[in-house]
Amino acid sequence: MRRFLRPGHDPVRERLKRDLFQFNKTVEHGFPHQPSALGYSPFLRLMAIGTRSGAIKLYGAPGVEFMGLHEENNTVMQIHFIPDQCQLVTLLDDNSLHLWSLKQHGGTSELREEHRFTLKGPPGSPPSATQVTAVLPHSSREVLYLGTESGNIFVVELPSFRVLEDRTITPEAVLQRIPEDNCNRRSCELVEALREHPKNPDHILIGYSRGLIVLWDLQNNKATHYFLGSQQLENLYWQKDGSKFISCHYDGSYSQWPVSSDNRQSEPLENTVPYGPFPCKAISKIYWQTTKNGLPYIIFQGGMPRASYGDRHSISVIHGSQQTAFDFTSRVIDFFIIFSSDPAADFDDPSALVVLAEEELVVIDLKSAGWPAVHPPYLASLHCSAITCSHHVSNIPLKLWERIISAGSKQNIHYSTMPWPIDGGTNIAPDPPQRDLLLTGHEDGTVRFWDASGVCLHLLYKLSTVRVFLTDADPNDNMNTLGEDEWPPLRKVGTFDPYSDDPRLGIQKIYLCKYSGYLAVAGTAGQVLVMELNDEDAEHVVDHAEADLLQDQEGYRWKGHEKLKTRDGPVRFEAGFQPFVLVQCQPPAVVTSLALHSEWKLVAFGTSHGFGLFDHQQKRLVFVKCTLHPSDQLALEGPLSRVKSLKKSLRQSFRRIRRSRVSSRKRRGGGGNASEVQEANAKFDQDVLQEMELAPVQRKIEARSAEDSFTGFVRTLYFADTFLRDSSRHCPSLWAGTNGGTVYAFCLRVPPAERRMDEPVRAEQAKEIQLMHRAPVVGILVLDGRSTPLPEPLEVAHDLSKSPDMQGSHQLLVVSEEQFKVFTLPKVSSKLKLKLTALEGCRVRKVTVANFGSCKTDDYSENDLAVLTNLGDIQIISLPFLKLQIRYPCIRKEDVSGIASCVFTKYGQGFYLISPSEFERFSLSTKWLVEPRCIVDMPEVTSNNHVHKSGTQNAARKSRGPGNSPGDCGEDERKSVRLMEHALLNDEKVLKEIQSTLEGGRGSYAEKNSSRSPLGHRLSNGGAD
Amino acid sequence: MNRAQRGAAGSRGLGTMEVKSKFGAEFRRFSLERSKPGKFEEFYGLLQHVHKIPNVDVLVGYTDIHGDLLPINNDDNYHKAVSTANPLLRIFIQRKEDADYSAFGTDTMTRKKNVLSNVLRPDNHKKKPHIVISMPQDFRPVSSIIDVDILPETHRRVRLYKYGTDKPLGFYIRDGSSVRVTPHGLEKVPGIFISRLVPGGLAQSTGLLAVNDEVLEVNGIEVSGKSLDQVTDMMIANSRNLIITVRPANQRNNVVRNSRTSGSSGQSTESSLPSSTPNILGSLLQGEEESDEEDIIIEDSGEPQQIPKATPASESIESLSQIELLHESTQNGFLPSSEMNLNHSTGSISMEYEVPEPGRKSLEEDGTIITL
Repeated sequence: MRRFLRPGHDPVRERLKRDLFQFNKTVEHGFPHQPSALGYSPFLRLMAIGTRSGAIKLYGAPGVEFMGLHEENNTVMQIHFIPDQCQLVTLLDDNSLHLWSLKQHGGTSELREEHRFTLKGPPGSPPSATQVTAVLPHSSREVLYLGTESGNIFVVELPSFRVLEDRTITPEAVLQRIPEDNCNRRSCELVEALREHPKNPDHILIGYSRGLIVLWDLQNNKATHYFLGSQQLENLYWQKDGSKFISCHYDGSYSQWPVSSDNRQSEPLENTVPYGPFPCKAISKIYWQTTKNGLPYIIFQGGMPRASYGDRHSISVIHGSQQTAFDFTSRVIDFFIIFSSDPAADFDDPSALVVLAEEELVVIDLKSAGWPAVHPPYLASLHCSAITCSHHVSNIPLKLWERIISAGSKQNIHYSTMPWPIDGGTNIAPDPPQRDLLLTGHEDGTVRFWDASGVCLHLLYKLSTVRVFLTDADPNDNMNTLGEDEWPPLRKVGTFDPYSDDPRLGIQKIYLCKYSGYLAVAGTAGQVLVMELNDEDAEHVVDHAEADLLQDQEGYRWKGHEKLKTRDGPVRFEAGFQPFVLVQCQPPAVVTSLALHSEWKLVAFGTSHGFGLFDHQQKRLVFVKCTLHPSDQLALEGPLSRVKSLKKSLRQSFRRIRRSRVSSRKRRGGGGNASEVQEANAKFDQDVLQEMELAPVQRKIEARSAEDSFTGFVRTLYFADTFLRDSSRHCPSLWAGTNGGTVYAFCLRVPPAERRMDEPVRAEQAKEIQLMHRAPVVGILVLDGRSTPLPEPLEVAHDLSKSPDMQGSHQLLVVSEEQFKVFTLPKVSSKLKLKLTALEGCRVRKVTVANFGSCKTDDYSENDLAVLTNLGDIQIISLPFLKLQIRYPCIRKEDVSGIASCVFTKYGQGFYLISPSEFERFSLSTKWLVEPRCIVDMPEVTSNNHVHKSGTQNAARKSRGPGNSPGDCGEDERKSVRLMEHALLNDEKVLKEIQSTLEGGRGSYAEKNSSRSPLGHRLSNGGAD
Repeated sequence: MNRAQRGAAGSRGLGTMEVKSKFGAEFRRFSLERSKPGKFEEFYGLLQHVHKIPNVDVLVGYTDIHGDLLPINNDDNYHKAVSTANPLLRIFIQRKEDADYSAFGTDTMTRKKNVLSNVLRPDNHKKKPHIVISMPQDFRPVSSIIDVDILPETHRRVRLYKYGTDKPLGFYIRDGSSVRVTPHGLEKVPGIFISRLVPGGLAQSTGLLAVNDEVLEVNGIEVSGKSLDQVTDMMIANSRNLIITVRPANQRNNVVRNSRTSGSSGQSTESSLPSSTPNILGSLLQGEEESDEEDIIIEDSGEPQQIPKATPASESIESLSQIELLHESTQNGFLPSSEMNLNHSTGSISMEYEVPEPGRKSLEEDGTIITL
């Protein structure tokens, strides 16, 4: 009768589940997709980015992040902070205005939408009458001036958004004072810019699109000055003292106008076309910043010669004789200058230029010579080359961490040393419990190492595999080197580079052993590289081997891409991970699975043709196994090249269309608008339904047969020390699972360490299991006598894991896309199974063992399977009894790339791409939660608000008292981490031993190690101060 | 004369066909005129004659090209047997009194070893008493209508038996919308429909499914709220034993519940199923299915074997309820369990071993060749 019992009726277990599992989407890493607006508050020192999907994100000091979502999901056109307030106003493309506030709640600040408002004209007026084009939050903080297409400037009260009709500035009122021969009614159409006088808040400067500029006295309601520009106006900027202002124009010119008390109409002091004399593109925004030395900084966007450089996205900085046109990799959305925020200061004294381009954020240090770029601590462009795969490694040992950071720091020498200039708010989140690495593989053959421990995803180190191969592109081809006399003085900035030289270089699989520092990377053209970490530059030859996976299969012709050509002779590698072995699969198909065993020094790799095992110590191929079905012609001829690639490209273009369609409703807000999302979904579903009725999609119902294509595709590889042949002796083994539901098990004989170089590694096929349902095998796992998954290689040697139970009987868990099955070992008999697809219609896409700790008791934790299905649901399934614990909807099922990109961590967190440039981080665990917790204090408006602010920050830090349970939790974790580090340090001898054996004579690691240890102490105690 | 005839058979003249007949351990070979096979009665007499069993009542079977053991008991299937035999017609004769009906059906030849072991271990054999409903032994069931008594008359629950043969299930499904009566009145809701039947496919040949039938359940699980892809995956995952509940587009051929004599109500007329909910049924069906799907293990490149169950879970399932036993037994009674033929297909997947083909195996067997 057991089978009739529904799972989850045990109250004790139910309680425990509540202590273990909890689903949260915690933070979005990376660069916002399709940014559309930028705002900055010098007062709060916070930056705001709006997107085309209606999201608004605020960034301050690293770790200070807020996110809001406009329910309308419309493009954010403009963002304006209210001066000296924790408030901002956004303008959307549906002409609605939204007031957002940062309010403190439960010890942290939260971003909330307070009011919304749409300007309404008199009945019968055209929509253009109230179409807002310019927004000026007045320094009084009481009113907003809204310039419109009709030329009217409306005044609305804050925060109620009440229109003060009697204060509306109409074109008629403006024109009263201006001689009629100079302008007419049309001169006052479309307000392009509104600027408040820097010294006198009663005066505002109004710029109309056709070139008329008026200085308006708010007190007396009249125009005091007017200025007639001959060109269409783009923007205005006041100089600090209010004696002059700058206008920039559509023809690529800018003009300086004096504002004197006596004359009412004036000619420009200066009218310049910086990149003339040939026709230039518009200058859309300009800054004029004063400095102590008298030479101003003139910073403007655009203005390039139309014919030859009209396609550049540039921002020019002119300072005396220095002039640079920063050339961005994508369209410039907006920019701002960070300058002295002290209103009493005499000069602007700009320090940094912050540019939001469509694909990345670039910050230029204006203080240092040469104006170098600043390395941003967040908003990294994950997609600077398209992400092809990801790999997460939890709990990195301190030593490896430091070595990666040091390798990375050598790559970042060209960055400015300036501290991050946008530093508002205080991060009060507990320090990350452990050091986590997220590795992303990219289309251009690079692997990027990200610090994924905390809220800020930060690039630590970038590894390129390109040097090993001969490619068409000349590696010395440097785009930045331009001659001295080059005009305009363009300089490329930014890292976004979506164009890959050679798609074969793309990284497909990554495996990093955190204990030994061995890294295996595999790519699109069947290349497998094994690397080790070296702290110095080195020049050496990469050993090269070929693995013919077709073996004796005759008469097949590979029609896909060729294998990569390798460089002969020694290659120079910079400090960091340096390849020492290259295995190339033949045919050079995409590597579909990869496993590395750092203790046995073996690497296993699989493609759509078969799999192989390579001994990277002796540099010898141990064996290959062809998994092809003879009828599978498609795989043989280069599947991914022709048929599939066409399918794929079609699919991708559909996905693109779909994404553009759904991106507007992609984001969920803070949680308040769930019902609306549902409604939107329902509507969407209906739309989809209607579409389907027009063109019905059919699905064929057919049993899978052995003859289906790609049955030989190797989906998973797994090393295990287990009882494969008999129950008395365990031995190393390699397991492989294919798309056709076959599991192969090979018994390995690895010679003991002292004879490791003398005797060959031997392998012999011991078992082959054919799953009857023939679904692709996506995961293989061996559970020890205590039903615990076997530890990673070297984990036991580092005392970080109990050694596996070799007394009791081991079990084999095979996860296919449709079922979970547990078999006994060594005699394979089926013990348990859980059917997923037959019952729910969903399929397993990703599966990992994750460790879940209880948030109530420190000493309880358990291993479960975290599973992502093709419907985007996440399920947690218990081990070893395969009972469904809990299910959470996570990713929309239409978001194929999101589902494909998902990675789980070992402690119940995960990442997936919500756009090409953003990872959403989620947590399934109650214990391990990385989310922004930050506070923004309202600095008092004083001349030295900076000092004051730091005071409140300290107070805030102190006020975070007990009773704040997540904080407590964090404290505990920190303690445990410190303990763990301590354990690690105690075991230094063991570690060194292992390291030295692994290093195998390459450099003396111990010495470098000891010299670096003070740094290590500082890092390890970072959380304790 | 005999010699001459045998010579003709040996030369494989176009008009003649070689026949190899087996009764017990004895083999006889003779030939027949392919164009004039005659009547079944004559053939039956001929067999009795060549095996020298004139007064013994026997069942006659032959193996078709798929390796299935099929009965010959009338002119039609006799002619079918003759016309499909290539190159030779293999005949198996059993005494009627100790006939093993379960021998007939799909993959019976590949399963032969199993049949043997069943004979050797009679206790094992007895576990699955076959239930005779009409004349199942004469046919291979390809589909059935089940649960007529618990379903609304407008619905039909169809079970498709997918054999290891090349015959495809052969249908397509699509999204659509149907009208439901709800408390709020008529409402248009999304549904899944059969969109196409492949000519010659299993679905078409049953005559129980038709284009535009709405799919309501798959193996006891409601499809409402599930996407087309989800339902597709569910059906494929259950393709070995697919039970779909449909609302036929044509409601005129519905089974009328009162007339239980109607043959098509089949198995369910005997079942004493209480008014069980579809969900319970679903779990039953699942349990049932588990017994017929076993993975295969090859140890050290040896012979493929079924993976046994580690725990006696299957026994407990069998004793669960009368109903389930009934289902299971009906299935095992005259349904060949379909897993064995998969040996066959696995054999072609892996180049490591070779599965003896039924034809070759029987050719190796040594029989007395008699001449007529």
